[in-house]
Amino acid sequence: MNEMSRNERESSEERKLELRLGPPGVEDWFHTHNKQRISFGNYFSSSNNGFQHVRGNKESSSSQTCCPKRVELQNGDNNKVTAVSNTSQKRTAPGPVVGWPPIRSFRKNLATSSSSKPSPPESQTQQDMHNNVSAGKKPIDNNYGKGLFVKINMDGVPIGRKVDLNAYHSYDNLSSAVDDLFRGLLKAQRDSSACGGNNKKEEEEKVITGLLDGSGEYTLVYEDNEGDRMLVGDVPWHMFVSTVKRLRVLKSTELSAFTLGTRQDKIST
Amino acid sequence: MQQQQKVAALSYSFPEEVLEHVFSFIDSTKDRGSISLVCKSWYEIERWCRRRVFVGNCYAITPAMVIKRFPKVRSITLKGKPHFADFNLVPEGWGGYVCPWIKAMAVAFPCLEEIKLKRMVISDDCLDLIAKSFKNFKVLVLISCEGFTTDGLASIAANCRNLRELDLRESEVEDICGHWLSHFPDSYTSLVSLNISCLANEVNFPALERLVSRCPNMHTLRLNRAAPLDKLANLLRGAPQLVELGTGAYTSEMRPEVFTNLAAAFSGCKQMKGLSGFWDVLPSYLPAVYPVCSRLTSLNLSYATIQSPDLIKLVGQCQSLQRLWVLDYIEDAGLDMLAASCKDLRELRVFPSDPFGLEANVALTEQGLVSVSEGCPKLHSVLYFCRQMTNAALNTIARNRPNMTRFRLCIIEPRTPDYLTLQSLDSGFGAIVEHCKDLQRLSLSGLLTDRVFEHIGTYAKKLEMLSVAFAGDSDLGLHHVLSGCDNLRKLEIRDCPFGDKALLANAAKLETMRSLWMSSCSVSYGACKLLGQKLPRLNVEVIDERGPPNLRPDSNPVEKLYIYRTISGPRLDMPGYVWTMEDDSAYLE
Repeated sequence: MNEMSRNERESSEERKLELRLGPPGVEDWFHTHNKQRISFGNYFSSSNNGFQHVRGNKESSSSQTCCPKRVELQNGDNNKVTAVSNTSQKRTAPGPVVGWPPIRSFRKNLATSSSSKPSPPESQTQQDMHNNVSAGKKPIDNNYGKGLFVKINMDGVPIGRKVDLNAYHSYDNLSSAVDDLFRGLLKAQRDSSACGGNNKKEEEEKVITGLLDGSGEYTLVYEDNEGDRMLVGDVPWHMFVSTVKRLRVLKSTELSAFTLGTRQDKIST
Repeated sequence: MQQQQKVAALSYSFPEEVLEHVFSFIDSTKDRGSISLVCKSWYEIERWCRRRVFVGNCYAITPAMVIKRFPKVRSITLKGKPHFADFNLVPEGWGGYVCPWIKAMAVAFPCLEEIKLKRMVISDDCLDLIAKSFKNFKVLVLISCEGFTTDGLASIAANCRNLRELDLRESEVEDICGHWLSHFPDSYTSLVSLNISCLANEVNFPALERLVSRCPNMHTLRLNRAAPLDKLANLLRGAPQLVELGTGAYTSEMRPEVFTNLAAAFSGCKQMKGLSGFWDVLPSYLPAVYPVCSRLTSLNLSYATIQSPDLIKLVGQCQSLQRLWVLDYIEDAGLDMLAASCKDLRELRVFPSDPFGLEANVALTEQGLVSVSEGCPKLHSVLYFCRQMTNAALNTIARNRPNMTRFRLCIIEPRTPDYLTLQSLDSGFGAIVEHCKDLQRLSLSGLLTDRVFEHIGTYAKKLEMLSVAFAGDSDLGLHHVLSGCDNLRKLEIRDCPFGDKALLANAAKLETMRSLWMSSCSVSYGACKLLGQKLPRLNVEVIDERGPPNLRPDSNPVEKLYIYRTISGPRLDMPGYVWTMEDDSAYLE
């Protein structure tokens, strides 16, 4: 092989490949290409299936995302075909795939961690300059040195708010901010829904408490960067800030074990 | 022939003590293994003087067998879970428990000095047993391990008076109490290396400072993210002999004296060769490390979210670098600079800062890697995460760096083609295996057909570990690899249409390999049963969290399959979702 010229080698490779692309029996395949003769092969070759392999290189390369599996059995064993294609469809469905990209979980928390830290003025301007000069490049979206605004919605309040997580430095601050943001809205909402019955006009603004320990009427949860819904308060603040995508204030009574993961679960899965 | 006879004659004429002395100069496990294959007497002599044992799979052999063959072991390395456990593909509770090993060794090897574990589960009780059983215990390395807490570490600290190294790299430690460090007795001074970078909470800093300052030979110290920057200067002043330092969080309130102290402390570290850490980094503090940069050979910035301009300034100071780990914030511009200034670079890892984002957040392309492959003649190990690649670039890299031994490329979106030609990356990876004759480790990504596996089978004769995901189009792909890669030891595959035919046709190959992992592939339950029955020296384990696989038709594909060779038979510590395939008599329960 080594002595062959490159062209010869390539063409011989081509030939070999073509041979295999036809519908060879497994016997054939086994004998031509397997250098180690394995006693086990005999056993296996008795369950010989015709085997066709469709390349469809063009199609698959033009579609960036998922290409369907290209294995077809010529005859028999249809069960298997369906089973295979079912798995393949399940696995190639859009959305995050477990274990991909292959990153250790402790690296997932790094992404936006520095966003929570104020950047000193001089390096900020350098950063901006850099962003401006690098033409054709997407702006770096890691909230570098800026506010970290996330949406927050509350059960029973149709209007959402946004909070700048960089403005708070602890869960306690955040929880009192939630109270500030929603106490009035919640009362307004209750008043308007109570209007029909025109009683309870006197209901005063109730302080929203117990958001973090589940002791109150509401519980604060968030959706993290992997799309999981998590209880607020399990992980250190900086880790929370670096993974949170949006917040939600849920009625504690509607918390269901099924909609929530905990940090522990996530580590283990 | 004559030569052989001479050797044989010599081996008879030498007294055992002489041979033993000669063997003592041979460290590599592989060479020791070869020695023991020469003849029975060499086997005997070698086993009595073997001090270090490496077990690549803790289920491949029993502790008793190791103890029986090597009665005088001082150092043991054990590995547990499959590599894909790193990426959450192995369910919780799979196994890899070290306890049986520790219990057996506690009785058999009272003089054991070193235990190094990777991906294993170790309990506090086990740590306590280690602390109390081995009189002269020196080295405990727990890489990516779990199951223990700081209480177990406290026991190690309190009892191992001669401990030189404690390395908890990437382990998952339940951090109950930061005071475990204060369990090192005041008279204890032998620590050389301490890596606590994985701990979540702040350790007792005064205890750490006392410990560091009273251990004169301390050369490696890696702190965790909770270690505050403003205390680093003081710590460093107490240990100017440090060679490797992992900082904690590299940020604090902007106070001029913090910076000045830090810069002065770093200036005092004349031996410093490696830096890591830099969590939550505040770039304006980075110049404090400039005084040591020219000497650095290793820089791990893979936790440091530093943007390109600051990174370029920092890395530009480090012209002696041999190893750089960095986030993709370095961008092509930074890699160009690296290529131009770091001529001694051997290893480069570029990690993604936003792995789950749909679009690129940084200007990092295939070009950066091409530049480094051109500029750094010694580069031989690469891990590179990016979002676009071309066959042309891979070809150039392969021709530039035929000395490459480890090449792992992760194009983040599965099945991404060459973005210029829209073709598969078969020829690009083909060029890598063709030109890099000494390639030992390869990870594939992007759009790949069976063709790439034909290249791999044809050329990658020294390949030892191959990782494959979302690639190939039929059994032929797997067949090429199993039948062609003569030196393959570990193969891990996920989400590929590889099935029974290739696996069964190459079943005997599996006995020459350490392990095979296949998840979300097309291997049927029936084929797994067959393998288990026909090859008793393999453990064929089906991992299926949907329930017993024998309740479904044999033709159904299994979720996950882990096959490894073993001389100890099926393991006994399997959780409910693992089924081992044995011959029928044993299987019918």
